[in-house]
Amino acid sequence: MEAASVVVIGAGPAGLAMSGSLAAAGVDHVVLERHDVGHAWRHERWDSLRTLTPNWMNGLPGLPYRGPDPDGYMTATELADGLAAYAAAVAGPVVAGVEVSAVGAHGSRHVVETDAGCWTADAVVVATGPGRTDVPPLSAQLPGCIGQLSATGYRNPSQLGERVLVVGASASGVQIADEARRSGRSVTLAVGEHVRLPRSYRGRDILWWMQAMGISSRRWDDDLADLSRARHVPSPQLIGAPHRTMDLRTLREQGVELVGRLVGVRDRRLQLSGALANLVANADLKQSRLLDQIDEFVATVGIAALEPDRPPPTVIGTPPTSMDLDTFDTVVWATGNRYEPPRLDPAHLDRRGRILHDGGLLRSPGLFAIGLPFLRRRSSTFLSGIGRDAVELAVEVRRHLDVAAAAA
Amino acid sequence: MTITDQPSVDNGVNVQALLDARTALTDAPEAAAFQWRARAEWVAGTHTSTTVEGFSGLGAEQSHRQAFVVDTDHPELFASEDHGMTPTEMVLAGLAGCLTAGIASVATNRDVQLRSVVATVTGDMDLQGILGIDPDVRNGFGEITVRYEIDADASRSDIEAIVAQSQKRSAVFDVVTNPTTVVVEVV
Repeated sequence: MEAASVVVIGAGPAGLAMSGSLAAAGVDHVVLERHDVGHAWRHERWDSLRTLTPNWMNGLPGLPYRGPDPDGYMTATELADGLAAYAAAVAGPVVAGVEVSAVGAHGSRHVVETDAGCWTADAVVVATGPGRTDVPPLSAQLPGCIGQLSATGYRNPSQLGERVLVVGASASGVQIADEARRSGRSVTLAVGEHVRLPRSYRGRDILWWMQAMGISSRRWDDDLADLSRARHVPSPQLIGAPHRTMDLRTLREQGVELVGRLVGVRDRRLQLSGALANLVANADLKQSRLLDQIDEFVATVGIAALEPDRPPPTVIGTPPTSMDLDTFDTVVWATGNRYEPPRLDPAHLDRRGRILHDGGLLRSPGLFAIGLPFLRRRSSTFLSGIGRDAVELAVEVRRHLDVAAAAA
Repeated sequence: MTITDQPSVDNGVNVQALLDARTALTDAPEAAAFQWRARAEWVAGTHTSTTVEGFSGLGAEQSHRQAFVVDTDHPELFASEDHGMTPTEMVLAGLAGCLTAGIASVATNRDVQLRSVVATVTGDMDLQGILGIDPDVRNGFGEITVRYEIDADASRSDIEAIVAQSQKRSAVFDVVTNPTTVVVEVV
C-alpha cells in the first residue's frame, strides 16, 4: 500500500489545475491518471474542435495564456499539448496508466483502490471530468443498418453516411451538424432544451461580456434561485471561431432541418417532440434578456462598445413530429457527457449517481471534487473557472490537512 | 429571480407550499409517484359522462373535495345532441388550465402581481384524418396555438419569461407535445 498526503484522480484540466494549485500551496500530492495527461482532449475530441473559450481565458493557475493569439480559440490538440507542458512545468507528479476503481474510508483517512494497488491519503480530489457521451437507452431500438456514433467517437464527416440525424443541439450537436452539412450531407438536427448565445455582441466576445459583468463568476453559495437547475443547464450553442455565431437560425439557413427532441422510436418511426417552437422562443427570450443586460451594463459603466447588433429571431416553421427511420443512415448522439466518478460510498451520490457536494466538498472530510458543472461558479467547466475553483479548493485541502495533523 | 419567504403579491397561490413539496418529494421519490384516474360511462349516442374523484399520491389514496363530472359529446352538425364539449376541446381546456395554473405559480414566485390572464386556445384539425379519407392526415391536431393576454405588474419580457417557465413545468404541455404509451384493453 502506497501513501500520499493528497491523491488527485485524473490528469485532465481539472486534476492538473488542482495539482498546480496544491503545488503552489506547498501541499505534497500525487496525480493518478488512467491513460496519460490530457488523454480525452487528445484522443476523444473531433478533429476540428476548438475551445469554446477564447485563449485569453485558457490559462491555468500559475500559467496564463501567453501565446500569439489571445482572441483566438485553441484546437483540442493545442490544449492537450498545453496540459502536457503544464504538467511538466507546474503540476505533478503524475502517475500515468493507473486506473482508480474506488475511493473508500480508511479510519480517518481515505483509501484509493487502483489496478496497481491501493493508496492511502489524508485527502482525495476526484477530477475525473466528463466521460463518454450519455447515449439515451432508445439508441438500442434503432435497427442495425443505421450507423450510430457518439460525440466522443466522432472525428470528421468521413464517418457519416449521406443522411445524418444529429441528436442534441448544445455546443457539440450544433458543431457536428454544421460540419456534416458543410461536407454536403443532408442533416437533420433534433433539438431539445438549448442555450442560444451569439459568439460576439457589440464587438466583443460574449464570454468577455459575461466575465466583465460578473455573470460567469456567480458563485454556488450566492443566493441562486435554483442551483440544481443551474448545474444542469446545457452547454451554449457556440463554436470556437472569431465572431462566428452558430445557432439554429444559421444552421437552418445552411439547410439543416430542425426537428423537436427525439422522444421515442415506434413502428420504425422516430417520434419527435412538438415543443420545439416554444423551446426556440424560450432560448431567444433568454438570449435577448442577456443582451438587454449587456446594453444596460454598457450604458451604466460607460464602456466603449459598438452599436447593438441583435441576432434576428429564430424561425423554425412547422417541423414534423414523426419521421421515417429509413430517412437516415447515420445517427450522431450529442446528448451530453456522463460524469462517471470512481466508486464512492453511496452516501456521496444522489439517486442518479451524481456526486453530492457543497462547492466541491463532499460529506466526508477530506473528500473533494473538481471539474463539475457550476462546482463553485458558473464558469466551473471553463479552464478559467476550473483554475479559480482549484485555487480555492487547494485552500480547503490545506485546511483539512492542518486539522488532520492537529488531531493526530 | 429570488425566492422570498413572504411573497408581497397575492395571486391566490401558496408558493411556499409548492416549494416545500418540491423539497419533500426530492427526498422521498416514492411519494412523488401519483396516479390520476377517471371513470367514463357511455350515456347514449356520442355522449359520455366522466367522473373523477379518487387518485393516489404521497404514498396513499387521496380524493378530491367532491366528485367532478364532465360530459363530452359532439355538436349537432355531427348529427349529435351536443350534451357537452367535444373530447378534443377538453384537451384544449386541460392545456390552458395547466399552463395558466403554472403562470400564476411562477408569477407569484417571482413577486409579480397578476391582474388578468386570458388564454385563447385554438387547435387546428383536418377531419380527413378521423374520417379515414386521407391516410397521410393524422387524427389529432395539426397545430395548437395558445395566445395569452396578461395584465400584470411586470415588463413584457418578464411576462414572456413567466409564460415560458410555465411551459417547462406543465404536465399537459408535455402530454400534448410528447408521445405517451397508451394501453387500451377490454376486461
